[in-house]
Amino acid sequence: MPKKLLIVVVEPDPDRAQPIADGLLAAGDHDIRIIAEQSGLARQVADLRPDVVLIDIANPSRDILEELALASEPSERPVAMFVDRTDEQLTRSAIEAGISAYVVDGLRPERIKPILDAAIARFHMFQRMRTELAATRAALEERKIIDRAKAVLMKARGIDEEAAYALLRKTAMDQGKRLPDIAQQLVMAAGLLCR
Amino acid sequence: MPINRLRLGYLPLIDAAPLIVAHEMGFAAEEGLDLDLIRLSAWAQSRDMLGAGMIDAAHMLVPMPIGQALGLGPRLPAFDLVMFLSQGGQAVVVNTRIEENLREIGHGFDFADARAAGLALRRAVPGGLRVGVPFHFSTQYELISHWLTACGFTPDQLDLITVPPPMMARAMAAGEVDAFCVGEPWCSFAVERGIAALLLPGRAIWAAPPEKGLVLRRDLTEARPDETGALMRAMWRAGQWLDQPEHRGTAAEILSRGEYLDLPSELAERGLTGRMLISSSGELRRAPGFIAFNNGAASFPWKSIAALIASRIAERRGLEPLAAMQMAMGHFRTDLYRKHLRPAGAPLPGASSRIEGALAEDRVVPAEKGQMILRADSFFDGFTFEPPNPDSSAD
Repeated sequence: MPKKLLIVVVEPDPDRAQPIADGLLAAGDHDIRIIAEQSGLARQVADLRPDVVLIDIANPSRDILEELALASEPSERPVAMFVDRTDEQLTRSAIEAGISAYVVDGLRPERIKPILDAAIARFHMFQRMRTELAATRAALEERKIIDRAKAVLMKARGIDEEAAYALLRKTAMDQGKRLPDIAQQLVMAAGLLCR
Repeated sequence: MPINRLRLGYLPLIDAAPLIVAHEMGFAAEEGLDLDLIRLSAWAQSRDMLGAGMIDAAHMLVPMPIGQALGLGPRLPAFDLVMFLSQGGQAVVVNTRIEENLREIGHGFDFADARAAGLALRRAVPGGLRVGVPFHFSTQYELISHWLTACGFTPDQLDLITVPPPMMARAMAAGEVDAFCVGEPWCSFAVERGIAALLLPGRAIWAAPPEKGLVLRRDLTEARPDETGALMRAMWRAGQWLDQPEHRGTAAEILSRGEYLDLPSELAERGLTGRMLISSSGELRRAPGFIAFNNGAASFPWKSIAALIASRIAERRGLEPLAAMQMAMGHFRTDLYRKHLRPAGAPLPGASSRIEGALAEDRVVPAEKGQMILRADSFFDGFTFEPPNPDSSAD
């Protein structure tokens, strides 16, 4: 039975860190530590001497880990290198998922792969959630602005809501523009005229 | 002309100006390119995204593709540096405690004399010095280690610590570094917060320090030569525009917008115009030519610079120096520079390699066509570097 691997997840947002930790535990019996505090990151990682460090690709603190990975003395090198250097495909999949992994020297590929696969799956999930959230927010914003544009038209022209909406749609189609864009312009113009 | 879309990664620094100006001022559109500028937050992110093909080209620290070429990064497809995007633009910054010590021993903060500043620093800081640099493979790392070693600091008294540019001021405020060297506007940003003073521009240490390069995957330069050339010409013309002094204020305004640096334009303007406020008490120093993008053949990617930086990295990491230099030189693509920028009228030097640090003053030299001006490139201590013959075998 090989010894448990110590995996460090650097992630300031607990709502992201926990699902990653859960995913890694489901993939194997590992020892997981989460580092949320970015200051003194190098020292924290050096003290833990983990087998694997996982961090978001866009986390600025990555460049600090990079330095640890390149320390000239092997004894000063708590995290040795990047994803197993022989496996270009795995490196690429991890990058595309938005994850960077630093793995201690000499860890066997068959022990790294399940960990990476689990992390990659979680990161893809975050990406989907982020995209969905952004889309939902945008949709909400657009609905608000259309409602305001309808109100402007109803007041200015004394028409009902249905007619106001029809007028907005027709204008958008005639101009070859998106409905929310026409609504935005109308609300802005109305704001300028009233003040 | 068909429009080709290219995704470009950059970090928020004034030396990202050629990318932003090429996009905003239409130099890219003139070449039939539509640039998608993607702001990144770490150098390693830029390298990895370029390697995985998530961006097509990157604004990158000049030594980074050398680190990759020497096998000191993750396993990714080969990178090539096709031109320099900027020279200079860095400054050395000390915290206010060291500033006080320096003033007490009579240092005048002339923001020019690297030897005087280095020797004063040696006296003002009796023990070791922790200096923040933006990346392990960076021009700043080379500048700091060359300068402070020449001024009497021993390697074990120097601790060079990686801190991403936007986090430098915070790291200094938290006492994690005593000094740092990074590109503008992050030096002025720290001065503005009242925690630091500017000691030297990078150019005071090395008169022509190459700072950022345009880096692409080699397979892209081969598979899409037309777009590679178009991109290089757009960058080169943006650099030419930027090096007209009357455009620097406009450039500062554009760069400072929310989608780019997202800082007051007054901060970006300091480095771009070379009018630097060196301390929170408002002392002004003029640093002419603080950053160059195009003048004096600033964009030509000398193979001798690849060799110089590779020899330093090799020495630190116990690699065979000649092999390292040869490997690095192959990734500085003077051939693509000549091929793609000749049609734009870029002056082309006769050789692609030279003795680095040999020009004490700007010099007029013969070019492929007519003459060209090479910018002074001397080191403050008179150091020179002779590269190996590019054709000599690695073994």
